[in-house]
Amino acid sequence: MANNSQEKLTRSIADRRLNEFFSTIAGLTIFSFEFLKNVFLPPYEFGEIRKHMDELGVKTLPIVSVTGFIIGLVLAMQSQPVMARFGAEAFLPSMVALSVVRELGPVITALIFAGRVSSGIGAELGSMRVTEQIDAMEVSAINPFKFLVVTRVLACTIILPVLTLYVIFLAILGGYLAIFLSKGINFELYTNSVVNSLQFSDIVPGIAKTFFFGYIVGIVGAYKGYYTENGTVGVGRASTSSVVIASLIILVADMVLGKLTVALWS
Amino acid sequence: MAAVEIKNLSKAFGSLKVLDDISLKINEGENVVVFGRSGTGKSVLLKCMVRLLEPDSGEIFIEGQDVLKLPVNKLNGIRKYIGFLFQSSALYDSMSVRENLEFPLMRNFSFTPAERERKVKSVLEKVSLEDSIDKMPAELSGGMKKRIGLARTIITEPKLILYDEPTTGLDPITTKEISQLIVELQKDLNTTSIIVTHDLICARIIASHAVVLNDGKIRFEGNLESLTTQDDPFLKDFFTNEIIEAKNGRI
Repeated sequence: MANNSQEKLTRSIADRRLNEFFSTIAGLTIFSFEFLKNVFLPPYEFGEIRKHMDELGVKTLPIVSVTGFIIGLVLAMQSQPVMARFGAEAFLPSMVALSVVRELGPVITALIFAGRVSSGIGAELGSMRVTEQIDAMEVSAINPFKFLVVTRVLACTIILPVLTLYVIFLAILGGYLAIFLSKGINFELYTNSVVNSLQFSDIVPGIAKTFFFGYIVGIVGAYKGYYTENGTVGVGRASTSSVVIASLIILVADMVLGKLTVALWS
Repeated sequence: MAAVEIKNLSKAFGSLKVLDDISLKINEGENVVVFGRSGTGKSVLLKCMVRLLEPDSGEIFIEGQDVLKLPVNKLNGIRKYIGFLFQSSALYDSMSVRENLEFPLMRNFSFTPAERERKVKSVLEKVSLEDSIDKMPAELSGGMKKRIGLARTIITEPKLILYDEPTTGLDPITTKEISQLIVELQKDLNTTSIIVTHDLICARIIASHAVVLNDGKIRFEGNLESLTTQDDPFLKDFFTNEIIEAKNGRI
């Protein structure tokens, strides 16, 4: 009897979660269409977009700087003994460069960006919603979607590739430091090796997918914040769920885009 | 000509009918106060008028146009001339007082920077908060926020102003000051006003006409003075409490 009721409870929770998941996906799709409808309509709010790019970029810079450098450093440190075992130490700079440019740089930057920015957007718009600031904008004949959502999503889409390039640069430097400390490699030799190993087909897909990741971070945070309900509790929920959903979608998109890249470039 | 005419307006949230076939006519220059217990749809009525909420049925005519049938661009044309003072003041947190006041002017009107500055200073003078021009909303007290909210509402010189509980949460002295300020502004701008409130002090200072909502319907409509002398047990009960509170407030 007890088992039966527990099973029912578990099933109803699972049903509710599944429902929530699909309604979020449906809501995000509609929200994305709304974004596409508004993005081409004037006024273009360049000032706001620039302001958000500055804020988001600066906000994320310290954490991505540290992370970028450490990724390269640790990657080189951990890989060196393994590469040495196979007699492939000479390829260490290439391995660091390729890993960081194709996968680690874009994905890790996007995940950090999601944690820092998506939650921020969710909380900011959420508190604007519950304190009627969005309603105030609407009754003043100002399009709040255009002013609040479109500007933030565009800022995220543009700034993430820039941050990713910066992280890649720092990670490669971190890789150099690790190899230099253990093997005393010359900086020129290291850079030559890195530059020679990277091809157009490595750089373009790696950076191109960060535009999608930036868009995902912005749209998920904005969607969760814009439709916040239930006061301050709702704001907290919007903030945390933005990070979880954005991170999950980034990972799934990375898998899909990775497969697409392989199909297109090979 | 009626400034606002509402015909057979209904709005429900799930099975709860908040507004049930409401009809109301407000003439130009009239100040009408809307009373009612919490949850009787007073704020919903105001929000339906600017289409922050979509009613289930009915018609709302403002400036002779049914706002419920207008496309967004035309609706915004009407919204430019409606002022809405929110219960929470709804000041934009990320903007200073100056930016809050300039925001609707920059978006909807083509004033020069000098004209904008003059307007901002003029409305701040009206609400006696000239010194707060560069403050952020977080630095303002509740009463100051209400005043700045009021300044932002009137800066576009609206023809119709909707007040959603303008004095809720304020002490009796500030309530009186805000109410008197609203009256002065109405005289200056010659606006039509609809005021949703529980506050009899505020209502007596601002309005001459009253509407009482109960169970989604209009329970009373008419002169404010005759409201407290009605035989209706609901009205008696409601206003006895209000009068006691008002008197306490005055003491």
